Amino acid sequence: MEVPRHWRLRKQRYGLVGEACPHCESKLFPPRDVCPECGKDAREPYQFSGRGEVYSFTTVYEPPTGFEEYAPYTVALVKLEEGPMVTAQLTDVNSKDVKIGMPVEMVTRKIRTDGDERGMIIYGYKFRPVLQKS
Amino acid sequence: MREVAIVGIGMTPVDEHWDKSIRELAAEAVLLALEDAQRESVDALFVGNMLSGLISQQENLGALVADWTGLRYTEAIKVEAACSSGAAAVRQALIAVASGYIDSAIAVGVEKMTEARGSEVTAALATAADADYEVAHGVSFVALNALIMQRYMHEYGWQHAHFAPFSINAHANALTNPYARLREKIDEQDYAKAKMIAYPINLLDASPIGDGAAAVLLVPRETLRKNGKPIIKIAGSAAATDSIAIHDRKDPLWLRAAEISAKKAFSQAGVGPKEIDFFELHDAFSIMSALSLEACGFAQRGQGPRLALEGQITLKGKLPITTMGGLKARGHPVGATGVYQIVEAVLQLRGAAGENQVPDAKIGMTQNIGGSGSNIITHILVRE
Repeated sequence: MEVPRHWRLRKQRYGLVGEACPHCESKLFPPRDVCPECGKDAREPYQFSGRGEVYSFTTVYEPPTGFEEYAPYTVALVKLEEGPMVTAQLTDVNSKDVKIGMPVEMVTRKIRTDGDERGMIIYGYKFRPVLQKS
Repeated sequence: MREVAIVGIGMTPVDEHWDKSIRELAAEAVLLALEDAQRESVDALFVGNMLSGLISQQENLGALVADWTGLRYTEAIKVEAACSSGAAAVRQALIAVASGYIDSAIAVGVEKMTEARGSEVTAALATAADADYEVAHGVSFVALNALIMQRYMHEYGWQHAHFAPFSINAHANALTNPYARLREKIDEQDYAKAKMIAYPINLLDASPIGDGAAAVLLVPRETLRKNGKPIIKIAGSAAATDSIAIHDRKDPLWLRAAEISAKKAFSQAGVGPKEIDFFELHDAFSIMSALSLEACGFAQRGQGPRLALEGQITLKGKLPITTMGGLKARGHPVGATGVYQIVEAVLQLRGAAGENQVPDAKIGMTQNIGGSGSNIITHILVRE
């Protein structure tokens, strides 16, 4: 039952909202109440730009329950330009073309469906290669 | 604080035990440890386990295992620390006995994994990772290790084939361990051709799951008399944590919790990496062997695979590792693994490891890693 969890995390999943530490100016994602950098209170919301680069990636061929229909898919550690790293799927890209260091940007995509056809469709952040301006 | 010795050990083979439930597996190991120590009871029981609630729909393992081993009314609890639950249970037993509150304790690690389908077990194992920010994105536990391995290879220039000696050594050692899950030799070609699970991790980088239980019985050293049998003491025991999500680590390629716990354990035992005769490390994936060797000071940063490539990790090498097959080939019944490592170390120190014996082993080290490096427990055992 994913409803309360998804509702609680909506700002993170849709908006990449983390926190800025008022003491050491670290940017934090996900938000947490104690800054891991300086150990002081961190409670100011901060919206990330969604831009970053691929720190590492892999393709999942044997997925956990709930993700079977999407395999194979590519997941990555994305280093955001503000500093923190996030774990997310890559989208709009062939897994063979993914490279470490590749610039990517956040998009909102379907992550999975919770249960059968009556279950909630869960959306959230994925990352795609940065689109070239035409 | 009192010095603590291990006077009893017991284990089941790691296998697909279709005919045994989780309580029966745990009971078998506990009863063997009692028999080995020639005792009928203990003051307390600590059950290391990760997945019983998810896979066997059974929690409250402390009381259940106590009841099923003739120890009804004995104090008993379950200890959970993901894949390091086993060593965590041993450490709790150690703290209890060393403190003087308890005069004897059994730590039993147990996991029953064949009760559920593969994808359910994959999902259950993923609960060791961050549910909201890792698992929610479809990351399996293998994938998390693959993310680390891919970056490691990129950063330090290693090829996949360079990790082969870790798995080849583990399989070679398992061949003569009757308790091992995979008693078959593998070579470089098998390793290169194995089925891909999450690039760059293939089936021969990954340890197999399995059912199994292992137990140790601890008493104060001062209660033992020298009677010709070797006394095996726990000379060092330390645990440390790191973020459970890899993306929250300061350096995803460095096992800080391994470094901290190893340094503490070395200092308690009054030894350094050079004095260690063998090392039962946590080779859940070949990349973890490399990272563990580096963090504990056996290899330079980024150079873990070199020890293996130079042949130093075999039974005849300078630092034998996974001497009974390790997680890779003895098998990785998750919450039991940390206790298997310690039971195997006791066998080595007693000189009872058969064909796998490390000559004149006096000081052994074990390291059990929970999650992808979030909870790491190091033990150093010494033969008196």
